[in-house]
Amino acid sequence: MDIFLQQIINGLVLGSIYALIALGYTMVYGVLGIINFAHGEVLMIGAMVSLSLLRLILSLTSDLPGWLTLLIVLPVTMAVCAGLSYWIERIAYRPLRNAPRLAPLISAIGMSILLQTIAMLIWSRNPMTYPQLLPSSPIELGTTGATITGKEIVIIVVAFAVMYGLLFLVEKTKLGRAMRATAEQTQIASLMGVNPNRVISITFMLGGALAGLAGVMIASNYGNVHFYMGFIPGLKAFTAAVLGGIGNLQGAMLGGLLLGLIEALGAGYIGELTGGVFGSNYQDIFAFLVLILVLVLRPTGLLGEKVSDRA
Amino acid sequence: MLKKLAANRLSRTTYFCLGALALVLLPWIVGTSGGNYWVRVLDFALLYIVLALGLNVVVGFAGLLDLGYIAFYALGAYSYALLASPHLPQHFETIAAAFPQGIHFSPWMVAVFAIILAALFGIILGLPTLQLRGDYLAIVTLGFGEIIRIFMNNLDRPFNLTNGPKGITAIDPIQMFGFSFTKPLDLGFTQIPGLYLVFYLFLGLAIAVTIVCLHLQNSRIGRAWVAIREDEIAAKAMGINTRNMKLLAFAIGASFAGVAGVLFSAFQGFVSPESFTLWESIVVLAMVVLGGIGHIPGVILGAIVLAVFPEILRGVAEPVQKVLFGHVIVDVEVIRQLIYGLALILIMLYRPGGIWQKGEGR
Repeated sequence: MDIFLQQIINGLVLGSIYALIALGYTMVYGVLGIINFAHGEVLMIGAMVSLSLLRLILSLTSDLPGWLTLLIVLPVTMAVCAGLSYWIERIAYRPLRNAPRLAPLISAIGMSILLQTIAMLIWSRNPMTYPQLLPSSPIELGTTGATITGKEIVIIVVAFAVMYGLLFLVEKTKLGRAMRATAEQTQIASLMGVNPNRVISITFMLGGALAGLAGVMIASNYGNVHFYMGFIPGLKAFTAAVLGGIGNLQGAMLGGLLLGLIEALGAGYIGELTGGVFGSNYQDIFAFLVLILVLVLRPTGLLGEKVSDRA
Repeated sequence: MLKKLAANRLSRTTYFCLGALALVLLPWIVGTSGGNYWVRVLDFALLYIVLALGLNVVVGFAGLLDLGYIAFYALGAYSYALLASPHLPQHFETIAAAFPQGIHFSPWMVAVFAIILAALFGIILGLPTLQLRGDYLAIVTLGFGEIIRIFMNNLDRPFNLTNGPKGITAIDPIQMFGFSFTKPLDLGFTQIPGLYLVFYLFLGLAIAVTIVCLHLQNSRIGRAWVAIREDEIAAKAMGINTRNMKLLAFAIGASFAGVAGVLFSAFQGFVSPESFTLWESIVVLAMVVLGGIGHIPGVILGAIVLAVFPEILRGVAEPVQKVLFGHVIVDVEVIRQLIYGLALILIMLYRPGGIWQKGEGR
């Protein structure tokens, strides 16, 4: 039982991070109908930038409490990532908006390699340790035997707060209405006085900021960063977005949380289920299995409506 | 008029003969001027041509983005590694009992097996995704590439199938119909070194694959692919079974990679998961994109350029940095990656047809 509860907690932590990244995919997909392949790299750059900022602050003063340091680092990181995401769209996507479908995909892959290489050049080719700022000593949960750390609580709470903030933005504000209109029909939206380029830029920036936040979370959750760290979470968050129904915000959150839970429980029980043939080193294949299953059984995802085929 | 035609035909034949002669002499020229290292580079360039042409069928002809292409290459390579090395008999008693002489299948037999296996995996992977949007295929293949790598890395326990990250060694060298491609061939007046023989074998394969691609391109199937790539709905309306055609492209591309993988592992004598990373898939994609998507001569050019380029870079970048700064600041691999990334973006932005695009240089 304690394993079960523990894996649920781990799954929630993982899942809320996936959900944050998946939101970026889903929003961009919503307005442009394309998958942003460079999204995972924005996350990685976010983690790297936050590491540099943390090192800078820690070298100036060591008196600041951890949460205050994070409070300074987070907005800056998110702003940098928003800017980066903006430029990715300007360079790799906007000029190719009317090109054949393959073109933006390939340029985005080029962008992704470029960002990884730049991270290698600026930071390091080797993994670097990420300082622990939040309390990471386990807190016992009653008599269940499961534990949760302060860090994990913060990750879950912040992720949920941000997700609801985003929902509010998209559902209730004027900007959100413009975004939804652009997603529905770009040309008609522009006739109604919406500037699609502006909306698309803002969407990319929002996605980038969320990716930056997720990057900091992943870095502090695992305690290290490396230039390749964006790839696997990017892949999984995409799966999460598809699972929930791509283009759908609530879907991305639901998909992220579900995927996190599936993965944590899968990794926790795969050894028992397969009689020790497969171990937790196969954790990464669950996301892929989920992706294939969703595409076969319900390509629209759990909450998604019809996938329009813009061939 | 007739005279002109005859002259034209003559010159074409002459060009053809000269080209063939140049190709036959190429390993000798390169070998004597640059050493065996560069002949090896040439051998690998030919394998890359096969890979790039295979990916071109998927990306170029049918317009589907395959980001896990190298996984099919890995399937071929591991097939041969398992079917022609002491690895399986060493770790499985039943196999050792069934094959007292050890397992030594011929590369061409394994190649046939690899074609079927790779095509089968291609179909399994393509079936759920190909009727959906193209982008899904990109992500699914990306995931598939990673999964294959995870399996290669971890299937050394509980039973040792792949030997994990250490890889499989002592793979049989290329030997077909009693003819060895590793021992020098004695012609009486001169000897042809093994590396040169491998060059001719790979050259033969590359030419065969090129011919298959040319025929595919000009066939009903090839035209159907182009129709799908340009406008899928219209293609469907014209009576093309789009799903099956896309599956076919995917399976054909995969099978080319399977064959190339078999030869790779026989040539190398050693396989490990390290050779089949996402980066390798990107390199092959870059060859196709840089050379000219969908244009066979362009793709061949792209494969040659990108196979030889890193070797030249290795020879140039470090000494230049040493002269300029006194020590190596930026690693060659990093420079290579930087250039590939930039090239993919710039080609898409400014020359989407690649360096040698269709309709040029005919």
